[in-house]
Amino acid sequence: MNATSMSLQQQSVARELPSRGHVGMLVLIAAEAAIFTIFVVAYIFYIGKSLTGPTPQKVLTAPIFYSICLLSSSVTIHLAVKALRDGKVGVFSRWWFATIALGAIFLYGTATEWHRLISREGLTISTNLFGTTYYSLVGLHGFHVVIGILSLTVVFTFALMGQVKQEHVYRVDVLSLYWHFVDAVWVVVFTVVYVVGR
Amino acid sequence: MSTDSIAWPQTETAVQPLVDRLHDWVTTVDHKRLGILYLGYALVFLVIGGIEAGIMRIQLIRAHNDFVSPQVFNRLFTMHGTTMIFFVVMPLVFGFANYLIPLMIGARDMAFPRLNAFSFWLTAFGGLLLYLSLLGANGLYGAGNAPDVGWFAYAPLTSRTFSVGHSTDFWTLSLLVSGFGSIGTAVNILTTILCMRCPGMSLAKMPLLAWLNLVMSGMVVLAISPLTAAQLMLLVDRYLGGHFFDTQAGGSAVMWMHFFWVFGHPEVYVLVIPGFAFASEIIPVFSRKAIFGYPVMVAATICIGFIGMSVWAHHMFTVGMSSNANTFFVLSTMAIAVPTGIKIFNWLATMWGGKIEFKTPMLFCVGFLFQFLIAGLTGIMLGAAPFDWQLGNSYFVVAHFHYVIVGAILFTIFGAFYYWFPKMSGKMYSETLGKLHFWLFLIGFHMTFDFMHIPGVLGMPRRIYTYEPGRGWDVWNLIVTVGVVFQALGTVVFVVNLVWSYFKGATAGSDPWDAWTLEWSTPSPPPAYNFSVIPTVQSRRPLWDLKHPDDPDWKYE
Repeated sequence: MNATSMSLQQQSVARELPSRGHVGMLVLIAAEAAIFTIFVVAYIFYIGKSLTGPTPQKVLTAPIFYSICLLSSSVTIHLAVKALRDGKVGVFSRWWFATIALGAIFLYGTATEWHRLISREGLTISTNLFGTTYYSLVGLHGFHVVIGILSLTVVFTFALMGQVKQEHVYRVDVLSLYWHFVDAVWVVVFTVVYVVGR
Repeated sequence: MSTDSIAWPQTETAVQPLVDRLHDWVTTVDHKRLGILYLGYALVFLVIGGIEAGIMRIQLIRAHNDFVSPQVFNRLFTMHGTTMIFFVVMPLVFGFANYLIPLMIGARDMAFPRLNAFSFWLTAFGGLLLYLSLLGANGLYGAGNAPDVGWFAYAPLTSRTFSVGHSTDFWTLSLLVSGFGSIGTAVNILTTILCMRCPGMSLAKMPLLAWLNLVMSGMVVLAISPLTAAQLMLLVDRYLGGHFFDTQAGGSAVMWMHFFWVFGHPEVYVLVIPGFAFASEIIPVFSRKAIFGYPVMVAATICIGFIGMSVWAHHMFTVGMSSNANTFFVLSTMAIAVPTGIKIFNWLATMWGGKIEFKTPMLFCVGFLFQFLIAGLTGIMLGAAPFDWQLGNSYFVVAHFHYVIVGAILFTIFGAFYYWFPKMSGKMYSETLGKLHFWLFLIGFHMTFDFMHIPGVLGMPRRIYTYEPGRGWDVWNLIVTVGVVFQALGTVVFVVNLVWSYFKGATAGSDPWDAWTLEWSTPSPPPAYNFSVIPTVQSRRPLWDLKHPDDPDWKYE
């Protein structure tokens, strides 16, 4: 069976039904969104309820540069998927690597912020309510970034080995949905933690 | 496609040694085998949870009884509740969904077979983890083994200070692990239904079971996730010294209640909607009529899904919320009676004028109709905040929710077991034993849970390990406990029936009920690939069309 007849057959079977990967990923994203909602609600509810310091007003500064890095990685991954759809594997690899790099820069930003908060400001997860909710919410998001970067790196490794081709654009596209979600969540977390909560 | 290629793998499995067959079951990704694994696993836990309930009832049979210690009693009701919700009814629901949905929508498997297996094993190991607490939770503290904080584990009882040892950690982790399994299965069911339907099966032509499971899975996604989040917070509190629910550091215990019940109430609908689904398949077949008001049934289910997400705080009237919050949750709770009432009338209208056959599955569904109505009525009583202030946390509440979970959900699940047993095993069950099971269980159920309302009204609180004589509670508790004996006997008959029929039952054939949905077009039990040719459907009752080409459904739909 050659590739053309197979794809024809798949199209005729698939009819108007949506693709499994996209639906599955969107449902997973809905579940993740519900988890984040609970953590965001807890954060907002506990703003200003800490009995002791340090307070967010004193110790938090908005990580503007790192946020721009993470948000622009949504653009780079979109360009990567678009390049692969057009069959430009080399361009895909470059944009894909840029996405990983931007995600890594964001994580570095979180790491330095946490290091400063812990060692200089004395704020840990058990210090007060602010510490508990802050490290939980930002940490939960950071954990999702780590998972995203690991998945992206797996794809990148395959790309370096020349295994990623135009026909894989569907899978890569599904993975990019997850990455867009991680970025979108950061918009919410940033607003809640660094704008509303400060 | 030749018949040889169909017969060959079956003869192959027949001669396999036991170890190979076990290996096949453990490594399977077939939705039918996973469905049966879910069901078998849940039945084992049903017996365990039932024994726990039995021990509690023996303890309460008379005043000042000392069959078990107060500490053990606390562990029993915690383990009973957690087991029954998470490791009995959830796996039963998922087991039937797994087995039936691909067959009913004309697919060869679920959308993600390996995710399916992964989800099952997560759930399975979650249950094992809960019971490993009996061995491991003592820790260095000698602080008791099994979890004893109640199935909703209110803060601050779960904090390190009040729950030393590891019992609460076992509870949290087992629910976290099985919760991931539930989310995985829900992702799978939603994707399967949306993406894998056979040609001609538009959403409006799906069997109601598929529709209802679609709504159920959507609710799992939105309801189990908050529980997962809350369990993560509890772990942060217990292991990292966080303060989410630490009232000494400004945290809020009420926060936990909200987070738990945001999961907890939708969970009731997650469990009962599949029960509705079974009734919606069984009642039409045994009334020999198409379901009455299909589009309204779908709309009512979606309605229940939406309203069900916004009634959670009616579990918290006694906490002391603001009057605005109380009013909102009273009204939303009352509102949910409307779509539920619509469904009950639709089932009645399906039976109305039908040629009803009272086979065992139908008996269980008729029992479900009456009992679910009464459960709904006591639900409306408890949904009125002033009434709830009087009876909240009493045995009236216990009677109410057991009326839902046993009287409605478990009854439809028993009905589903009898209805689809011929499909799953290829053998007919014994109708005599089935009817015996029904009547024993019906009598036991009503002795236990009808009379349980009365000590509740007389002021008996739930979760007490014993009580004073002379409060007027004694005789009711005696009757309640005697009812358990009948329920236990009924369950024994059920298990005997399943085992005996599997080995000695008459051959069922592919369509013993003269039913109308696609699963009955496959051999019993269905081959691994379900359909040798993917079917094409034109109406909601494809087998009716096939059997009555002169008068097909698609002319009228």
